[in-house]
Amino acid sequence: MSETSVVTNESATESTTNNEDAIVSYKNITKSFGDVEVLKGIDLDIKPAEKVALIGPSGSGKTTIIRMLMTLEQPTSGEIIVDGKNLWHMEKNGELVPATEKHLREVRGDIGMVFQHFNLFPHMTILENCMTAPIHVQKEDKASAKKRSIEMLEKVGLGDKLDNYPSQLSGGQKQRVAMARALVMRPKVMLFDEVTSALDPELVGEVLEVIRDIAKEGEMAMVLVTHEMEFALDIADRVIFLDNGVIAEQGPPSKVLENPDNERLQQFLHRFRG
Amino acid sequence: MTPKGQAPSTGGLTLSFNESNKYKGVITISAIADIFPALIQGVEVTLKVLFASIILGYSMAFIAGFCRLSNNIILRSFTGFYVEVFRGTSLIVQLFWLFYALPMLFNFDIGSNFWAGVLAISLNYGAYMSEIVRGSILSVAKGQHEASTALNMTRFQRMRLVILPQAVRMMLPEFGNYLILMLKSTSLVSLIGMHDILYQGDLLRDANLSQAPTVYLLVLVFYFLMALPLIWLTKKMEAFSKKGVATQ
Ligand SMILES: Nc1ncnc2c1ncn2[C@@H]1O[C@H](COP(=O)(O)OP(=O)(O)OP(=O)(O)O)[C@@H](O)[C@H]1O
Ligand SMILES: [Mg+2]
Repeated sequence: MSETSVVTNESATESTTNNEDAIVSYKNITKSFGDVEVLKGIDLDIKPAEKVALIGPSGSGKTTIIRMLMTLEQPTSGEIIVDGKNLWHMEKNGELVPATEKHLREVRGDIGMVFQHFNLFPHMTILENCMTAPIHVQKEDKASAKKRSIEMLEKVGLGDKLDNYPSQLSGGQKQRVAMARALVMRPKVMLFDEVTSALDPELVGEVLEVIRDIAKEGEMAMVLVTHEMEFALDIADRVIFLDNGVIAEQGPPSKVLENPDNERLQQFLHRFRG
Repeated sequence: MTPKGQAPSTGGLTLSFNESNKYKGVITISAIADIFPALIQGVEVTLKVLFASIILGYSMAFIAGFCRLSNNIILRSFTGFYVEVFRGTSLIVQLFWLFYALPMLFNFDIGSNFWAGVLAISLNYGAYMSEIVRGSILSVAKGQHEASTALNMTRFQRMRLVILPQAVRMMLPEFGNYLILMLKSTSLVSLIGMHDILYQGDLLRDANLSQAPTVYLLVLVFYFLMALPLIWLTKKMEAFSKKGVATQ
């Protein structure tokens, strides 16, 4: 399984430098909750179609990093650029001012997210969960949104559950619906926040399988916060180790996960490998 | 009712109970036949007050509930004041204010005792139920807001498509209970001269005091019969609301 994806990793080493062609750039991002500085200056470029795995100890700020890109959390300082557009600031009379809701909506349309706890809409069927946003947000016509949603649900193996409600599904099935719901919006960047950690162990496989399939298709960039090291090794172009609010080490998975320089990362991996 | 083996003595007791009641007035079939048609006349008034109060009361609940969630501090405090005043004072006093006091003080007339009654009930119950509206909206899980933001919905779409449909499911069982309370409180309009069921009952009692037990028994039955469909509706709403809510 892992040989094929490691071959696609040549580009990963240079991606630490600033790139104009990045789909997402974090520029010196800091984030504090009250007096606690959780992120202490993050610089990060993500290339189109790049698969990035974000690892690190609990509380190191992994979730916070991706939530800021989804506009669920506002950075304390720094800029995030999405496809050339400043996410949290906009220009007004030649000055940078805090983004309005309208501006946020214009920029975050390229971003999608899958959550640890699925967050499916419990009052809607599986199909409605998927087709609501294309119809109302992207103004797609109903027939086409429905058709694409069904195709997407078939792709994640739930073509026979269209009219079921989320409460009738297993955790693994719910998470696959959540992925289909995000995918029908055709984002350029998809964020995954520990999407298997709320699942029973026997259900983890089916969800990882779907992510693997999505990753193979290629064109979408993916940022995965994960504790599944084998999986990261398998699908990621680049692994980033976050520690104490900074990027402590990053590089191709074969290097970061198998031959790390950072001492804290060595300890961290040791705990996982047992 | 009677335990076996004590038949003779308790039999005698029951008899004397009936005897003694005879002097105070008893419930007889013939009296029921007289009273029933008179009370029926009050049903229409009671139902009219009820339906108007339901429509206005729930509207008030949503308006005040949303105002209390607004970002506008003036709107929020003003609505908060309204809610506390109407929850903190009694419905009868509010009714008398609207019907007697306000017209005298400000020289404006609500127009009819019907609207005074409906307004008092709606404002009172609207105040209580606005807390349900507000509380339900607030208790829809944070993850639901986040998922709809991640799908790039507008603030309005998030409310309309995701939050409110779930919040309403939480409101329904409570709303059902208030429906029945509202029915019962409509009887207060008899105090401002409306000819509802209770008013008709009072008239009959005034005409013939010995009929009072029968009259008020029938009044109870009438209210209970009107409450039955509301109780049934509440059960339905509870069942419906069990599906499809994500709370924190
Ligand atoms: N809304 C918040 N208010 C206050 N503190 C917060 C908030 N969100 C996160 N934090 C704190 O910020 C730090 C980083 O949190 P974050 O969730 O990003 O970590 P994480 O790396 O995702 O951890 P985990 O592996 O446990 O999910 C933690 O110490 C957390 O307690
Ligand atoms: Mg996390």
